[in-house]
Amino acid sequence: MNAPAHTLFEKAWRAHEVVPETADTPAVLYIDLHLIHEVTSPQAFTVLRQRGLQIRRPQLTFATMDHSTPTRTEQVFGGAPIAIEAAARQVRELESNCAAFGLELLNLRHAQRGIVHIIGPELGLTQPGKTVVCGDSHTSTHGALGALAFGIGTTEVGHVLATQCLLQRKPRTLAINVSGKLPAGVGAKDLILAIIGRIGVAGGTGHAIEYRGDTIRALDMDGRMTVCNMSIEAGARAGMIAPDETTFAYLAGRPHAPRGEAWERAVERWRQLPTDPGAQFDKAIDIDASTLEPMVTYGTNPGMVMPIGGAIPERAGDPVFEKSLAYMGFAPGQPIREHPVNVVFVGSCTNGRLSDLRLAASLLRGRKVAPGVQMLVVPGSQQVKRLAEAEGLHRVFLEAGAEWRESGCSMCLGMNGDLVGKGQYAVSTSNRNFEGRQGIGARTLLASPLTAAACAVRGCVTDPRELM
Amino acid sequence: MEPIRTLRSRTAVLAVSDIDTDQIIPARFLTTTTREGLGKHLFADWRYGPDGVPRPGFALNRPEAAGCTILVAGDNFGCGSSREHAPWALTDYGFRAVVSTRIADIFRSNALKNGLVPVLIDPATHRWLLEHAGAEVSIDLETTTLTLPTGQAARFPLEPFARFCLMNGVDELGFLLGREAQIAAYEARAGIA
Repeated sequence: MNAPAHTLFEKAWRAHEVVPETADTPAVLYIDLHLIHEVTSPQAFTVLRQRGLQIRRPQLTFATMDHSTPTRTEQVFGGAPIAIEAAARQVRELESNCAAFGLELLNLRHAQRGIVHIIGPELGLTQPGKTVVCGDSHTSTHGALGALAFGIGTTEVGHVLATQCLLQRKPRTLAINVSGKLPAGVGAKDLILAIIGRIGVAGGTGHAIEYRGDTIRALDMDGRMTVCNMSIEAGARAGMIAPDETTFAYLAGRPHAPRGEAWERAVERWRQLPTDPGAQFDKAIDIDASTLEPMVTYGTNPGMVMPIGGAIPERAGDPVFEKSLAYMGFAPGQPIREHPVNVVFVGSCTNGRLSDLRLAASLLRGRKVAPGVQMLVVPGSQQVKRLAEAEGLHRVFLEAGAEWRESGCSMCLGMNGDLVGKGQYAVSTSNRNFEGRQGIGARTLLASPLTAAACAVRGCVTDPRELM
Repeated sequence: MEPIRTLRSRTAVLAVSDIDTDQIIPARFLTTTTREGLGKHLFADWRYGPDGVPRPGFALNRPEAAGCTILVAGDNFGCGSSREHAPWALTDYGFRAVVSTRIADIFRSNALKNGLVPVLIDPATHRWLLEHAGAEVSIDLETTTLTLPTGQAARFPLEPFARFCLMNGVDELGFLLGREAQIAAYEARAGIA
């Protein structure tokens, strides 16, 4: 008899079942890698203290600081205090919690610090087949390496600290098959925005997505991470991509990746992870990448997205849609191209990796940011920053008139001082265009790094292909 | 966690779909290091004007919404960030249940750990509730039904373990700590020491 065919998700799940689920109880799932940061961990440490608990496996939890930390160099390295006192308190509290409980912390001035979802893969902590969790919904990013990775709440952060396990119901599986060559000027960000536009912001609820097909195979790791990162914007529990030679080449030699014989054994194991031929998914959809265009959002959730050359849809009699457009200051039927832009943000766990910065720089080289536009370029980690500077990318940004900052979540969410003003239009390479996400009254247009750079140059919504 | 068996309350209604956790509790309030006191910031940017004065038109600011413990929201409530500050803000404000046709996965998981009952209701009952703000409804976890003032009762799904925890005020951490032997056996098999 043949062995039963399993999906990548199923294999990763089964390998971590401490106790399988039953009708009455969820599975007890073992967690291989737990990442924590300053915003969603303090209350979990409080619970440990209240209950007199220790951390079960301190070597499996890594801490960094990214969400509320400043990106201005003088506040990170220059001796100026962190401007937001409550943020400074969170930073101090993470330091004291990690010291008290014996956790490794990449603190504010650490050379390896960065956005939690950038540094996990970058340091080789994230590996194929591992279970990875973090108190942050964009943990789905790590699925790009073939890990089963998902966001959790603070109570669950406490569960993992105390037991290295979580109680979980097994999600259903959704295959997203993507075929065809992405046209010039269209990248991973446009692809995932198009997917969310197609299935909606709740289209993946209750599911773990596997992105499959020749388009996905052709993406580099940075692009795969962009795709998996936004799985949560379709409501999915996780997003995964089967590991392959691209994955192994990316991981080889990274600080926490196995070495020598252990590496050979690991790769052998990782080669068994991809979905078996004939394995069944609960749902499947097909996407043709060859006809995609640069995408931009026009509303207040990532599902409200359209090709950049299109017109804003009309949905007469839908008050929620109308409320959203009113917030954005847009009218149904209006083209979005040429609309003035005030702020451009390149960065975040979605698009703050080296390839993203290269794309933005390729368009900015020899050009200037339009007068009156503020452009912020924030590398996803200190390592991304060093690599970008070694290539001279920072000079391209600075000469164009953009700001070049220290790493962090920055303008993706309005809690660290990097804000978009009330009523201002921001073209942002981040992941959420929710009302007020980038600042009270801020209007966010999500787009790719190429599109963001094109918008900065022209000072209005611009198809990057016009400048390529 | 206080055990919950039944809830009875007038409803507060937010007839908006895809309410994300940035609306429930904006990121600028996440610099707290405790879980208490977030109720005053619940729906902050919808609830208050730029001057901090409550907007009279917002559902929770109407006099009849005072004391409601059941929130009825549009489709797909709680999408977005994993911040547990969202259910903390809702429960600190006084809500004990959220009713919608769909509730986002991470929010639902967080709600259950804080004694906030996620009630997934059929579209017809949902529509009735959206059209009858302030209706007196009851929620029974024993029978997993929501009963309208018309007497009509609708069943809602609730995962058995989550239901058990809510009804008995049990928290999952105790359950996990009780699996020590299985966890140790798994670690031995996996070579984790």
